[in-house]
Amino acid sequence: MVSTNKSYVTTPEDLVTEAVLRAKDVNVYYGSNLAVRDVSLDIPYNQVVAFIGPSGCGKSTILRCFNRMNDLVASARVQGKITFHGQDLYGSGVDPVEMRRRIGMVFQKPNPFPKSIYDNVAFGARINGYTGDLDELVEDSLRKSALWDEVKDKLKDSGLALSGGQQQRLCIARAIAISPEVILMDEPCSALDPISTLKVEELIHELKQQYTIVIVTHNMQQASRVSDLTAFYNAEATETGGKVGYLVEYNRTEVIFQNPTQEATQAYVSGRFG
Amino acid sequence: MTSDFSSSNSNLWQPNRQASKRVQFAVKTVFAIFALVSVATTIGIVLTLVFETFEFFREVSLWHFLTDTKWTPLFSSAQFGIFVLISATLMTSGIAILVALPLGLLAAICLSEYATAKTRAIIKPILEILAGVPTVVYGYFALLFVTPLLQTFIPVQGFNALSAGLVLGIMITPLVASLSEDAIYSVPQSLRDGSYALGATKRETIVSVILPAALSGIVSSVILAISRAIGETMIVTLAAGQNPRLGLNPLVPVMTMTAFIVQVSLGDTPAGSLAYKTIYAVGMTLFLITLALNIFSFWFVRRFREKYD
Repeated sequence: MVSTNKSYVTTPEDLVTEAVLRAKDVNVYYGSNLAVRDVSLDIPYNQVVAFIGPSGCGKSTILRCFNRMNDLVASARVQGKITFHGQDLYGSGVDPVEMRRRIGMVFQKPNPFPKSIYDNVAFGARINGYTGDLDELVEDSLRKSALWDEVKDKLKDSGLALSGGQQQRLCIARAIAISPEVILMDEPCSALDPISTLKVEELIHELKQQYTIVIVTHNMQQASRVSDLTAFYNAEATETGGKVGYLVEYNRTEVIFQNPTQEATQAYVSGRFG
Repeated sequence: MTSDFSSSNSNLWQPNRQASKRVQFAVKTVFAIFALVSVATTIGIVLTLVFETFEFFREVSLWHFLTDTKWTPLFSSAQFGIFVLISATLMTSGIAILVALPLGLLAAICLSEYATAKTRAIIKPILEILAGVPTVVYGYFALLFVTPLLQTFIPVQGFNALSAGLVLGIMITPLVASLSEDAIYSVPQSLRDGSYALGATKRETIVSVILPAALSGIVSSVILAISRAIGETMIVTLAAGQNPRLGLNPLVPVMTMTAFIVQVSLGDTPAGSLAYKTIYAVGMTLFLITLALNIFSFWFVRRFREKYD
């Protein structure tokens, strides 16, 4: 049974009108287990939104609802409403394939294809019928992801031959090559060393000029460094012994870290649990 | 034995180190002997082949072996054109792989990417049972079912390479399907996710990401299947015939390398006779062909395998 304890959520008022993505009363089930409940929040245009919280609080699950990656998990079921520019993402007329071109994703572990660096970046453009100059697109994407100088002489080498940090920036280049509006990042630095992490964070700062970014992170310093808004999720035990995640508090990052309204948020950001 | 590690209560702990060392040694020796048996068997087989083949070439020149256009080792005017037999083997194996490659690969893709976990759990073992059907059954299936069926469409003779090749293909299809399926299934889910997240459809993901990533496994499965087809004896002996004939006409009876070996070894061929040595020369040729295929497969896998951690 779901507890009646309602989440406390504020989407800052002045940003609501510019929402790119909007989740309303979203519940996600895996089979018959409720994994996340009652999530409502807006992702405003050209902002970086961080999702933080302890393991199992559903932050990645909610992220994966925004580009319907949960469709690929047979047992997953999404209730509630998620809109993209006001259009229902889960509506009957929506093709998830077309939608994913506009909402890109970067994963936890770098996952370049076993192809050349060039082909990794060009892949999305080719399958989406890009008719412009492919060389130019590849160079431009690699420049934007701050990888060009390191790989410009070995574009024909395998993407798997790069270091972990370079692979992750290649995956970011691959994501931005198809000109998405939103980039979802699922703990993009958790498999990287501190220097590579710093490079990716600098990159996020650059990218937010052009893209709306939602980033899931376990690293609170990272959330405070890169994001404009922060959503804190928590998990609570259910009567059946499982765990269900919910959104505790959503506000400007400085508010979440310095002056949160919820005790759980205060405890989490000050490092008392999680 | 005293040691530097001994503490105040050390006499409570008295493990029998000597006994465990002896057991360790005994176990190691027994396993080494077992391992040696298989190595020694392989070396023995290769040496036998080499010596008997060497004896053969003291009587027949390598030049005649490679250039004669007839294979008549049991005639008084004997000719030893090995390519007569190789052409038949190439034809049956070639037809087999033309059948097995598309069938096996499509089955593998279907099982790995489209079938539900439950369907896969049922179908895959059934496929592997098909691989366990005795080849003599396949042989009679080719001779008594496929050949008459073919005869209603095209003018094939009672024994022919086409029928044998088709059934040979059915025989090796489960091998291609099962091993390719393993290779495709082991492509990490993260690559599929990455492709879908870029707006790829399922078909684009399979063709452009999954199959290239599984290429080395697929190629090695196909080469293993070709080796099986080349070495397969029963089907070709029963269905392809016993007529050594140079050429690539699949509608007439031919004699493959393996069929020749069966024919000669079934008759009473005295050890040490030329016919007897001929078996070894043909066996050696078979061995070299499959060895070359295996070396190619080994090289290809090392060269193209992608490592994911």
